[in-house]
Amino acid sequence: MRTRTRWVWSLLSLAVVAAACAPNAQQDSLNPQGPYADKVYDLFVPVFWIATGVFVLVEGLLVFFAIRYRRRKGRPAQMPPQIHGNNRLEIAWTILPALILAGVAVPTVTTIFDLAREPEGNALEVNVMGHQWWWEFDYPAENVNTANELHIPTGRPVLLTLCAVGLGYEDKPTPSDCQVGPPDGDPPAAIGDGVIHSFWVPELAGTQDVLPGQANTLVIQADEPGRYSGQCKEFCGLSHAYMKFAVVAHSPADYEEWLRNEQADAVTPEPGSLAATGMDVFLNGQCIACHAVQGLEDANGNPVVANGGPNLTHFANRECFAGCWLPNDDADELGRWLDDPAAVKEGSWMPDYGLSPEEIEAVVAYLQSLT
Amino acid sequence: MASVSVPSEGVSRGLFRRPTATTGLWSWLTTVDHKKIGILYGVTSFAFFIVGGSEALLIRLQLAQPNQELLSPSVYNEVFTMHGITMVFLVVMPLSAAFINYLIPLMIGARDVAFPRLNAFSYWAFLFGGIFVYSSWFLGGAPNGGWFGYAPNAVLDPTRGMTFYAIGLLMTGVASTVSAVNLAVTILNMRAPGMTLFRMPVFVWMSLVVQFLLAFSLPIISVALFELLFDKRFGTHFFDSVAGGDPVLWQHLFWLFGHPEVYILVLPAMGIVSEILPVFSRKPLFGYQFVVFSGIAIGFIGFGVWVHHMYAVGLGPIANTAFGISTIIIAVPTGVKIFNWLGTMWKGDLTFPTPMLFSIGFVSMFIIGGLSGVTHSVVPSDYQQTDTYYVVAHFHYVLFGGAIFGLFAGMFYWWPKAFGRKLSEGLGKVTFWTMLVGFNLTFGPMHILGLQGMPRRIQTYPEELGLTFYNLVSTVGAFTIAVSVALFLVNVAMTHRKPRGEAADPWDARTLEWLTTSPPPEHNFDEIPTVHALDEAWHRKYAETEGGAVVPVPAGGSGLEAEYTGAHAIHMPSPSYYPLIASLGLFVFGYGVIFSWLLAGAGAVVLLAGLYGWALEPSAE
Repeated sequence: MRTRTRWVWSLLSLAVVAAACAPNAQQDSLNPQGPYADKVYDLFVPVFWIATGVFVLVEGLLVFFAIRYRRRKGRPAQMPPQIHGNNRLEIAWTILPALILAGVAVPTVTTIFDLAREPEGNALEVNVMGHQWWWEFDYPAENVNTANELHIPTGRPVLLTLCAVGLGYEDKPTPSDCQVGPPDGDPPAAIGDGVIHSFWVPELAGTQDVLPGQANTLVIQADEPGRYSGQCKEFCGLSHAYMKFAVVAHSPADYEEWLRNEQADAVTPEPGSLAATGMDVFLNGQCIACHAVQGLEDANGNPVVANGGPNLTHFANRECFAGCWLPNDDADELGRWLDDPAAVKEGSWMPDYGLSPEEIEAVVAYLQSLT
Repeated sequence: MASVSVPSEGVSRGLFRRPTATTGLWSWLTTVDHKKIGILYGVTSFAFFIVGGSEALLIRLQLAQPNQELLSPSVYNEVFTMHGITMVFLVVMPLSAAFINYLIPLMIGARDVAFPRLNAFSYWAFLFGGIFVYSSWFLGGAPNGGWFGYAPNAVLDPTRGMTFYAIGLLMTGVASTVSAVNLAVTILNMRAPGMTLFRMPVFVWMSLVVQFLLAFSLPIISVALFELLFDKRFGTHFFDSVAGGDPVLWQHLFWLFGHPEVYILVLPAMGIVSEILPVFSRKPLFGYQFVVFSGIAIGFIGFGVWVHHMYAVGLGPIANTAFGISTIIIAVPTGVKIFNWLGTMWKGDLTFPTPMLFSIGFVSMFIIGGLSGVTHSVVPSDYQQTDTYYVVAHFHYVLFGGAIFGLFAGMFYWWPKAFGRKLSEGLGKVTFWTMLVGFNLTFGPMHILGLQGMPRRIQTYPEELGLTFYNLVSTVGAFTIAVSVALFLVNVAMTHRKPRGEAADPWDARTLEWLTTSPPPEHNFDEIPTVHALDEAWHRKYAETEGGAVVPVPAGGSGLEAEYTGAHAIHMPSPSYYPLIASLGLFVFGYGVIFSWLLAGAGAVVLLAGLYGWALEPSAE
C-alpha cells in the first residue's frame, strides 16, 4: 500500500526536521532552546519512537495478514478453521501494552512535577497579561512595562505570572488582582471582560493558559541570545490569529542595557520636527486615553498613563506591534494601522479616530522616534 | 403488506385521525417505522456531511497559503465553528443513529423499537435542531466561538451566534437523550427468544454502551448550555470571574460531556467494523467477550479522562498526573480491540469487497489516531501539542479515519439490505482508495504543522513560520477527499437506477438481519426467529464437525427454521402526526427565546398540544 510508504516517509521527514531544525522554523516545538523546553522534548522523543515501533508492528501485521490470508485468484472459497479466540493472547496483549504504558508514565509524572516546581535561585519575575489581542509584560521589581516583546536575560529562569484582563480598567492591573470573586468586598471591576488566552513560546517552554480571575505561573529560560516566536494558542475571538509575541533573549550585559533604556523616560522630539508635531497630535488627540508614554504630561500636567492600550514609551525599541503581527520600522504599516486599526486586525478595540493623512504621518514619525 | 392487519374499528379520541399513508411524502412525515426513520437519519446526516465538508474546503482554501484574505476573521470563525458543530452533532452522531435505528431491531429480532413515536420525535427534533443552528447564518450570524464554545469568549461575543449554538444543541440534545432511553430499552427488553446478552452482535453491544454514554453525558452539556444561554440572554454570570463566576466551569462541564462524546462518535463505527471483518474473513470475531468488555470499559473510563483537554489550564500537577494516568489506562482496552480485529483476520479466508476495504482502512487509520492519543497522556509533551494542528490531526484520525471510514464501511455493507441493491463495487473501491489517499494527505501533514508551531483556529499565518508547504499539501488532500465523496454520490445515483432484487444474504453474513428479505418488510420478520447461538444466521448455514471442519447445512436441514405458516395478524404501530407537531413546537419555542416571548408562547402551545394529542392518541383507528 503506497499510503504506508508515504507515511513512513513523512515520519522520517519529521525526524529529520527534529534533528536539523530548519532555519526558518521559529516557533518549533522540535527545536528546544532552553532547559524547560528540553525537558519536554526529552520526553517527547522516546515516546515518539515507542509509538512508531507499535505503529510499525501493528500496521505490519495488518498488511501481512491481508496479503498472507487473502483468497488467491482462482482458488474457491474455503471455510477456514473457526477460531473464536485465545485467552492467553488476550491476557498478553492486555498486560504488555499496560507495561509499556506504565514505563512511559514514570518519566511523565516526574516531569510534570519537575516543571511545576518554582525555580531556584535568582529568577526574574515578570507579570504577563493577555489582552484582546496583544500581550502586556510588566516587570514589577524593575518598574518596566512593555508590550508584545518579552525581553529576558539568557541563562536565568524567568518566572511568569499570567492572567487575562479586559478593557476599561482604571488602575493598571497586576496578576495579584486575578482572584476569583471580589476581594475584601471591593469588586475588581478593573479586570472585567477578559477572555481566555494561552501563552506559548514552544522553543522555551510548553503552554500555559491565561485566564481571567486566576493567576497561573510558567517558567521559561533561554540558553542562547535570540528571538523566539510565540503565539496565543487559545481561541480568543476575532483576531486570535494576530495575537503573537516574541521573547527576546539577551546576554546578561545586553539585558542590563535594555533595562536601563526601558526605565528611562521617553525621548522628547526636537522642537519643530515632524515628530514634535506628532507628539502634539498624540497629546491633544485621543491617544492618551489608552496609551502611556512615560515622562510625557498632558495639558493639565498629569502624567500620561496606560489605560487599556500598550505602553508606547520605547515603542521604536521594539520590532513589532499590533500583537507582533506588523513591523515597527515600516512607516506604511504604521500609517495603515493608525488610519483604521480594525481594517488591519478585525475587531481591534482601538478605534479609528479619523486622523488626517498629515496627522498620521506626524504620529508615525513620533512613534518611530520613541527609542 | 398482506400480513399486516390494521384494525379498522376503534373510538377516536385524538385531535386527528391517525395518518394512514404508506407511500409518498406523508408516509415519511408521519412514519414511526424504525427503518424509515433510519433512512431519514442517514439522508439528513449525509446532506449535513456535504455542507460540513464544504465548510472544511473553505477552511483549507483560506489556509492554503500564508496571509490569505479569502475569508475575513469573522467569517472564518463562523465557518470553522459550524464545521465542528456540523460534523460532530449533525453528521457522525446522526449517521451512527441511522445505523443504530435501522439495524438494532433487525439484529435483535424485533419488529420495531420500544417507543416508535418517540423514535420519530427524536429524528424530527434532531432535524429541527440542525436547521435551527444553520438558520443563524440568515439571522445575524452563525456561531463563532468554536464547537467547544469556551466561555467567557462565547458570552462576550456581541453577536447572537452562540445563542443559536446553545439552543440548537439543546434541541439535538433532547433528540439524543430521548433516543438513548428508547434504544437502551429496546435492546434490553425486545430481544428475540434465545438472544441472551452474550448472543448479541457486537454492533448491538456497542450501540448499547453508546446509549448509556448519551444518557449520562448529555445532561452535563445541557447544564452548561443552559448556563451559557442564561449568561447570553438573561445576563447571569456563571462564567464571569468579576461577578464571582468561574470561566473554567464551562470547560469542566463541556469536556466531562465532550470526552464521552468521542466514544459516542467512534463506538458505533467500532461495532460496524466488528461485524464486517468476520464476514469477509469467514471467521467469527476473535475474542468476542473481550471486544465487548473492552467497549464497556472504554465507556466507563471515558468519563474519567476529561482533563486531558485542559492540562494547560493550570489545575496543578496532581490533577494533571491523575488525568494523565487515566488517559494511559483507556489506551489499554482500545488496544485490546485492535488486536482482536487483527486476530479475526489471522488465518482467515480474506476477500476485499468495499466494506472490507473500509473496515481495514478504519483499523489502520484508527491506530494512528490512537497512538497520537497516547501522546496526550504524556502531559508535558501535551503542553506543547495542545491547541495545535497536532491535535487537529489526532482527532481527525479518530473521527474521520475512524468513525467516518467505519460508517462508509457500514453503508457499503448494509446498502443491499436496506435498498435491495448493491452499490457498485468498482466505483466503491475507487472511492475507498481516493478517500484513503486524500485523507492521509489532508491530515498526515497536520501532525508536523502542529509540532512546528501552528496553533488551531487561526485564520491565517505568517510566511516566515515555514508552514506553507504542508498547508498546501493538506489543501490538495482535502479536495481529493471531496472527489471521493462525489464518487460515492455518483455510485448511489447509478445504483438506484438499477432494479431491486438483491438476495437476502448477499455477503454470506452472520447476523439476524440477513435472514429476512432485502429490503425487509415493514414488520421485519414474518416469524420472529428463535436464537440458539451467537452468529445465529451463520449457524443456520454451517455446522462445525467434531474435528473443527465446517460443513454447510442443507437448506431446512438445521431444523432451526420455523415453518412459515402463512398470513397471520402482525400488529404494527400506526403512523402519527404528533412527533412532528411536538418537535415543531420545540423549534418555534427556540426562536421565541431569542426573538420574542410571544413566539415562545406560541411554540410552547404547539409543543404541549402535540404532547397532549400524542398522549391521547388511540393505538390505531
